[in-house]
Amino acid sequence: MIGTLDSRVPAGPLPEKWRRHQNNSKLVAPNNRRRFEIIIVGTGLAGGSAAATLAEQGYNIKSFCYQDSPRRAHSIAAQGGINAAKNYQNDGDSVYRLFYDTIKGGDFRSREANVYRLAEVSNSIIDQCVEQGVPFAREYGGLLANRSFGGAQVSRTFYARGQTGQQLLLGAYQALCRQIAAGTVTMFPQTEMLDLVLVDGHAKGIITRDLITGEIVRHAADAVVLATGGYGNVFYLSTNARGCNVTATYRAYKKGALFANPCYTQIHPTCIPVSGDYQSKLTLMSESLRNDGRVWVPKRKEDCGKPPNDIPEADRDYYLERKYPSYGNLAPRDISSRSAKEVCDEGRGVGPGGRGVYLDFKDAIARLGEATIRERYGNLFDIYEKITGDNAYKAPMRIYPAVHYTMGGLWVDYNLMSNVPGLHVIGEANFSDHGANRLGASALMQGLADGYFVLPYTLPNYLAGQIGKRPSTDHPEFVKAESEVRERTKRMLDVDGKRSVDSFHRELGLLLWDKCGMARNAPGLQEAIARIPQLREEFWNNVTVPGYGENFNQSLERAGRVADFLEFGELMCRDALARDESCGGHFRQEHQTPDGEAVRDDENFADVFAWEYQGDGAEPKLHPEPLVFESVHLATRSYK
Amino acid sequence: MNFKLKIWRQLGRDSKGKLKPYEISGISPATSFLEMLDILNEQLTAHGTEPVAFDSDCREGICGTCSLTINGEAHGPSHPAAACQLYMREFKDGATITIEPFRARSFPIVKDLVINRSALDRIVQAGGFVSARTGSAPEANSTPVPKHKADLAMEAAACIGCGACAAACPNASAMLFTSAKISHLALLPQGQPERRRRVLRMVRQMDAEGFGNCTNTYECEAVCPAEISVSFIAKMNREYAIASLGERLGE
Repeated sequence: MIGTLDSRVPAGPLPEKWRRHQNNSKLVAPNNRRRFEIIIVGTGLAGGSAAATLAEQGYNIKSFCYQDSPRRAHSIAAQGGINAAKNYQNDGDSVYRLFYDTIKGGDFRSREANVYRLAEVSNSIIDQCVEQGVPFAREYGGLLANRSFGGAQVSRTFYARGQTGQQLLLGAYQALCRQIAAGTVTMFPQTEMLDLVLVDGHAKGIITRDLITGEIVRHAADAVVLATGGYGNVFYLSTNARGCNVTATYRAYKKGALFANPCYTQIHPTCIPVSGDYQSKLTLMSESLRNDGRVWVPKRKEDCGKPPNDIPEADRDYYLERKYPSYGNLAPRDISSRSAKEVCDEGRGVGPGGRGVYLDFKDAIARLGEATIRERYGNLFDIYEKITGDNAYKAPMRIYPAVHYTMGGLWVDYNLMSNVPGLHVIGEANFSDHGANRLGASALMQGLADGYFVLPYTLPNYLAGQIGKRPSTDHPEFVKAESEVRERTKRMLDVDGKRSVDSFHRELGLLLWDKCGMARNAPGLQEAIARIPQLREEFWNNVTVPGYGENFNQSLERAGRVADFLEFGELMCRDALARDESCGGHFRQEHQTPDGEAVRDDENFADVFAWEYQGDGAEPKLHPEPLVFESVHLATRSYK
Repeated sequence: MNFKLKIWRQLGRDSKGKLKPYEISGISPATSFLEMLDILNEQLTAHGTEPVAFDSDCREGICGTCSLTINGEAHGPSHPAAACQLYMREFKDGATITIEPFRARSFPIVKDLVINRSALDRIVQAGGFVSARTGSAPEANSTPVPKHKADLAMEAAACIGCGACAAACPNASAMLFTSAKISHLALLPQGQPERRRRVLRMVRQMDAEGFGNCTNTYECEAVCPAEISVSFIAKMNREYAIASLGERLGE
């Protein structure tokens, strides 16, 4: 049974907590490190950097990814940048300001000490990445360049063209490659984790499926680290890669790990709008575009069908600049997304289906010249043209919000360990740093902070007591977990029904986008909670999964992931229903000001909602972790 | 739009494969090429046939997973773009489209259109990194890097590791891939200490994987979705010549 959740936040003043914690943390001596085996699932920024760093320290690492190479993890698609409190622009930035902007951006629903630590280590990340050869943008004098991002009034974002995630990931991947060559990391590409194995209540292994051969394998370790990313694909259409899934974290949840704040999902304001029902994914246009692009819709509905360049200035509504004069087009993501939805709901949206707003570079091109804009955003304009066939240098882009990032994840303490001893969770897969809304350029920061500079210090707190406790894979718990995985796989193949896996996924996605997307209300959520079990029931009776389990079978891979989404979606709606307030990306229509701003309820909901699995069909049990704010005052977020 | 498709079907690495004909109709011009294959697979699944195996992940041209040869061209007719960035509006209505996997000796076929590119990972493992231990890095602005060098390094670093270069090359050479990484790191001050050792090891690994040599046909550059320039191959050759000379002289 789970008692009160202990966040294990160390005592002391906020700026000293992390240093004190490091000084008081346990150590594992170099000669003992090689006696430990650590499983790390996922090779994105968090998993890749953690595997490389822990291997460098002398631990034996087994690293797993579903992609054919660790370099393809979805961190690679992050475009815009990474924040750090370097204050290179001399514009008043500091660790405290980065901390404050991040916790305010998260609408005061994240853990103060974790966020402060994130801001503290941000500078080390930049140093580390530059040393690895990450080609960040530079000024003519040779120093690092910065740009500003949503939710900040300083220029603290480091970037590598529009491919910052790619370059940071390749840095981590190359560090990982160095360790693979050194023999300290054993790499398992195209291998999917299908269950977590607990021995005496501790996470001591996983069950995997080799996606090429279909072989089900047991892996034992002294600790397990999940770096498996977010669950945005529960909505079917999102900016995530096709393969991104909730399976690893959801399987861990079913083994007793708490899932925290699953309803906190981020809808990114600047994506290319949906064009048809065949669409398989949505493409993000980096938020950095909002530095130079101005967002508008026609003032009058009648103008929506006109070519945008024919609409005179006086007939345009630059609604973000109008509503939020001090942040303007750089208002945080949740606010920008909701504002776009509002103007489209009013019938002033543009493009197919009226679900789009303009992002216009005309003024920036006039001010800076097309060459400068091309240098800053050239690849984004190219992507836009490839997908839509339109040239954004000549006419404004059309954008619309899309599911992008998930702030919720497995609950972890200050050591990034879940409530299951030995199970650590890092990067997007955990819940800890972004509260109810993540600011731009802070996902890359968190992934690398966790992997390079936090987990390598906190993991020994667990490992120090675990020498010689690694079980054999012959342990009955491994045998049992393996046979459960085999049974489930066989069940999916045996249904032999009429509907494809994707058709279930699409239906679930549309339902969630409608009821648990940008705006939510109690009746809608209740409807979804009633509908999802029916859909799940139909899946297990009518899905068709062609092929066999003993070879390469992409339908089977997807079926397993969709089966988990069909359970997880319900948990997400339950969390959204229980959180009877609006905060950040979670907008409950019952709780808004007359002009449509989110209304938080700090009295009753300044908690993390951590959910405990209670068995199939049973309601999960809620464990609130009260958020204690020692240093910041809970203000109403205002970007006006 | 309607299309006739000829798709490579192959059960496994050691099986014999062949092109099989399919027909597909009612496709919107705004459909991506991979979405067209998704639609085909939904139809095959509905008819109880095993769908066509093909790899993709990000579907926005950055992860480098997709690996299709379309009408004989790696990633298809639209350049620069990965196959996932190709839209059906690029094709004529009623056209016959041939779809095969990337073909190169060092990329064995896993199934249908899916290939194994672990050879590329092994080339990076041989030395495509800077040995920068976590935590030992100096202050980032302590080493200024001239903007033109940083920009050129970024151009090389933009490689997405898809392997189209090797698939397009008549010699199945991976020199564009390998030279991009070598150039990226050789252009930056951080890459200097291991510069010679890196090029020697990576080039030797590339040869050991069975990739061919460059005979200056530049097909690689033509198909590269990241627009990596063949001038990096020239740079790699210079780097290799200097490093191997140094090695022979015992430096």
